[in-house]
Amino acid sequence: MVRQGRCVMPQNNTVQLSQSGGEQAFLFSSGLLAPDSPVPKDLRSPQGTVLADRYNIYRNNVTVGLINAVASIFPAVQRITGPDFFRAMARFYIRAKPPSSPLLFEYGRDFAEFIEAYEYAQTMPWLPDVARIERAWLDAYYAADADGLDPARLAAIPQERVGLIRFTMHPATRIVRSLHPAVSIFSQNRADGEVLPVDDRPEDALITRSGNQVQVRLLDSGAAEFLVALSDGAHLQDAAQVGLSLNPDLDLARLIAVMLEANVFSSLEMDHIDD
Amino acid sequence: MTRTHLIRQQPAGKAETLRFTPHRVAGQAGTSFKPEHFAAILEDPPQQGFFEVHAENYMGAGGPAHAALEAIRRDYPVSIHGVCMSLGGPSPLDPQHLERFRILVERYEPAMVSEHLAWSTHENVFFNDLLPLPYNLTTLLHVCEHVDRMQSTIGRRILLENPSTYVAFDHSTISETDFLAEVVRRTGCGLLLDINNVFVSAANHRFSPITYLEAFPLNAVDEVHLAGHAEQVDSEGQPVLIDSHDGPVADAVWQLYETIIARCGAVPTLIEWDSEIPDWPVLRAEALAAQEILDRHGATGQVRDAAE
Repeated sequence: MVRQGRCVMPQNNTVQLSQSGGEQAFLFSSGLLAPDSPVPKDLRSPQGTVLADRYNIYRNNVTVGLINAVASIFPAVQRITGPDFFRAMARFYIRAKPPSSPLLFEYGRDFAEFIEAYEYAQTMPWLPDVARIERAWLDAYYAADADGLDPARLAAIPQERVGLIRFTMHPATRIVRSLHPAVSIFSQNRADGEVLPVDDRPEDALITRSGNQVQVRLLDSGAAEFLVALSDGAHLQDAAQVGLSLNPDLDLARLIAVMLEANVFSSLEMDHIDD
Repeated sequence: MTRTHLIRQQPAGKAETLRFTPHRVAGQAGTSFKPEHFAAILEDPPQQGFFEVHAENYMGAGGPAHAALEAIRRDYPVSIHGVCMSLGGPSPLDPQHLERFRILVERYEPAMVSEHLAWSTHENVFFNDLLPLPYNLTTLLHVCEHVDRMQSTIGRRILLENPSTYVAFDHSTISETDFLAEVVRRTGCGLLLDINNVFVSAANHRFSPITYLEAFPLNAVDEVHLAGHAEQVDSEGQPVLIDSHDGPVADAVWQLYETIIARCGAVPTLIEWDSEIPDWPVLRAEALAAQEILDRHGATGQVRDAAE
């Protein structure tokens, strides 16, 4: 319905005070994410112009702005699906799950679950895990600053006591586990390069921040369980058992060297042992 | 079975309070700070000018965004421009968002702090847009209460920005300029005059931007914004201007700007450019064009500084 022209203004201030601003904001906001709802009452635009078109500018700004926010968080998902598919999916998403926080870098935490349930994405079972890696990437980007663990501290610990080390994780460190080759698919689609066939296998991602750069690495089999055990506070020797029980070939020395380079840890502590 | 493991983290320590040089913004032109320009800005020798950032982009705990803003803040005055406080809405301000804003102001010691006469959140939904409000006694009370709350929380006077709008309200009984003047009178806040917003709203509501500016409480203006807009037509072929911030400042807006600076003196002026972002020299050239106008009138007019 298009309303034009001027309405008679209420003359009595008490009438306006009873028109709560809350009701006004509710009326205005109710149609912003609902494309079929009518133009809210109480709005006007100059003679000769189309009020519905004016209200649709706000609708469009809100819808496009939120879709763009989702696209900026999940560029690899968009490259995999193509922009038309992605924007259609994101439009459903922002209407179903609009953000509640004004910090848009926090948005999209349930986008992976949304994709899992999205009818047209069922042929891409790896897609939700690629979204999880991208969401973790942004968490790592904005995570708190902390110094990384100095490798010299680890080197200074006598060999016989290494097993009793406990590590504190850097605030940026994240692990995403997938039954699909999500890390390979993420890596190929996060940039503009060529996309090659990948082996269908489970892949675990390690997301870290080093030198203010977010990095995503593919973990060897057993390494994710090893790191999760460490982050839960296990001693190094117990975490190693967890990893080796799943993958007897896990090269722990090499893995720890890579973890130090990746800035996985921020510090370590040794439990005191009574002599 | 897939899941994202949230790795247990060490408790975050209290951020060390940085002490920056109190660079002054009096009589200066600045630009939006865009991360894609960071390397190019660092290559320039430090020069005149200031940078403005959207507060919400720096409300993460750490990482590259803060590293860049700290580097910028060492050499330049910074203005913090909030876009999500929802001062114009009926709901109470979000205490968490207020606290984040307070910490940001404490951390970066900005030369100016500003927000919008608009709302963006209602009933726990964030719309990510600057939405309009009717101007009447009810909304005046809400806005004054919110400006008071924000100023008392961050311990600073804020500058309130006039909006660009596409619709008006039957329940508006006060003009926008009178509304802003009354908020200034009741809260002691200052104003951020966005001349592109004036031009866009004037075209969209068919009033004269000159008449609007004559009624504007110019004495309270401590910052000016300039930006580009887009021209569209509605389904009846009627023109409508969109506040798009995606191009250079229009000639007609430059003319209004020169009129205002001639009258008010060298008010700190910011070029906003938020999408279709050009290379740094292009944005810098827009700021230099504003600086030329400021310098021309600063010598004779009064030089104003929002920092004090």
